Amino acid sequence: MTSLLRSGLVGLALALLASAIFGPISNILLWAFTEQWYFPAKLPQAFGFSFWERVFRPQGNAFASLLNSVVIAMMTVAVSLAIAIPAGLALGRGRLPLRVLFLLVFLLPQAFPSLAVHMNIARIFYTLGLNGTFLGVVLVHALQGMVFSVWIAAAAFAAVDPQLEEAASNMGATPFTVFRTVTLPLALPGVMASAIFVFLISLDEFTGTYFVGVPDITTMPLLLFTAAMEGNYQIASITALLLLVPSIGFMLVIERFLKADVLAKVGH
Amino acid sequence: MISRKASLVLVGPALALMATLFLLPLGYSLIWAFREEEADRWGLGNFAKAWEFYSADILFSLVIVTLSTVLIGIFSIAIAGYLTLGRIPWAVALLRWLYRWPLFIPFVVAAQVMRTFLAKNGMMNNALVELGLLTPFQTASFLDWRGIVITFVWKQTPFVTLLVAGAMASLDRSMIEAAQNLGARRGRILFGIVVPQVAQTLMVGLILSYVTMMSVLSVPMMINAQQPTMLTVDMAWRINAYGDYGVANALGFIAYLMTACVTWVYLRKELRERGAHAR
Repeated sequence: MTSLLRSGLVGLALALLASAIFGPISNILLWAFTEQWYFPAKLPQAFGFSFWERVFRPQGNAFASLLNSVVIAMMTVAVSLAIAIPAGLALGRGRLPLRVLFLLVFLLPQAFPSLAVHMNIARIFYTLGLNGTFLGVVLVHALQGMVFSVWIAAAAFAAVDPQLEEAASNMGATPFTVFRTVTLPLALPGVMASAIFVFLISLDEFTGTYFVGVPDITTMPLLLFTAAMEGNYQIASITALLLLVPSIGFMLVIERFLKADVLAKVGH
Repeated sequence: MISRKASLVLVGPALALMATLFLLPLGYSLIWAFREEEADRWGLGNFAKAWEFYSADILFSLVIVTLSTVLIGIFSIAIAGYLTLGRIPWAVALLRWLYRWPLFIPFVVAAQVMRTFLAKNGMMNNALVELGLLTPFQTASFLDWRGIVITFVWKQTPFVTLLVAGAMASLDRSMIEAAQNLGARRGRILFGIVVPQVAQTLMVGLILSYVTMMSVLSVPMMINAQQPTMLTVDMAWRINAYGDYGVANALGFIAYLMTACVTWVYLRKELRERGAHAR
């Protein structure tokens, strides 16, 4: 009897937690498909897709910011990987003096409130003419993703078995061939994980874009913010939903990319 | 193995990016905080102004972020603790699947989600009225300091829980089992054995969350439209409305100090404990 009671209580607690987590999310789903919802109705009076049509209209502002977001995220991944793969190789495999110190440098942005740094980046970029350009926004996003891309890449390279590389070089492969045919393919799942991480960080980034992107570059988070402040709940909710899908998708698959052997080496 | 020289060359571009995009602006922000541009001199004028206008907001930010951090700590220990010590397999599996959902949801989305959920006519109040727990006249909007705290806790708890649950899973189970065999209750096992061993991971997770929450602009802007508000909103306002980098950087400096206190307390404790171990 007590065990039944206990199961009941645990079930109740879980139900409460589930509604705390899914209640707000389902609310956004309702708003995204709402045509009409006036007080005091408990549910929308009319559902439809007219706001979706407005967001995805190719010549509209919303669609431009959607496109901007994807282009910037892909550029950020390219820049991050170009920098993080060599750095990760050096940190995971190389002989660096004061290695821990190097690792910690990349953690620094996480130890300071980033907004105060972002507004000064914007001030510096302004004198360089980088405000409101793709390059400026991509650089700021790459900085945000740096600790993840470098740390995960370093862990991924550290997890590769050195004996496999030795075997390849004993058979006469040049160092670059060893890297291309042995090290990189074995570290690839970890590198992919860092690429996805960076893509997501760039897609979701708000504060840096808010300061550096003005006046010309609007991304999805900024579109969401503007729509919400203007009281356009449908556009805001559709944008939120579009940002929600990759976030939740990544949450569900992250363990397939970040294996335990790589995870155990992160930050070590 | 890569030679020392090649390693330095490989890590070079990453360090260059960090130096120009992080260390340089950080240095500027520290310097410009003491620069009074109108008077064309150096001094503490920006700090005096910041305190005069925004002392309530400084306190407000501190209270909000501290309260959120405490709540995140409590919830993450409770969830991770049940994942480690729970005896009902289906409940553990369900909880493991459930708690992570908000993990990667961006703050700006969380803010929008909560803005519609917590409003006076939002879904939460509607549901409570439908359930008969409230009458329509008792409903109140949560879009004030409570909304900010709820959003922060909703968004950051999964992150800390993930770290803490991972640390708990890698603990040696034999001590827990020995305590169980001796008849210790689960609460005692959790706080007497498990939490002390994962305290370091918990602290790291909480400090990272504290710093993150200290720098979020979208949540206070979208959820709390009244005064007092958080420092991030004031910083953005000083810049966008007045182009006043002096006061904005002074506020940034104060935000650095608030986070530095937390990391300092943690570092000192760490050093003391490691020193004690060494002895």
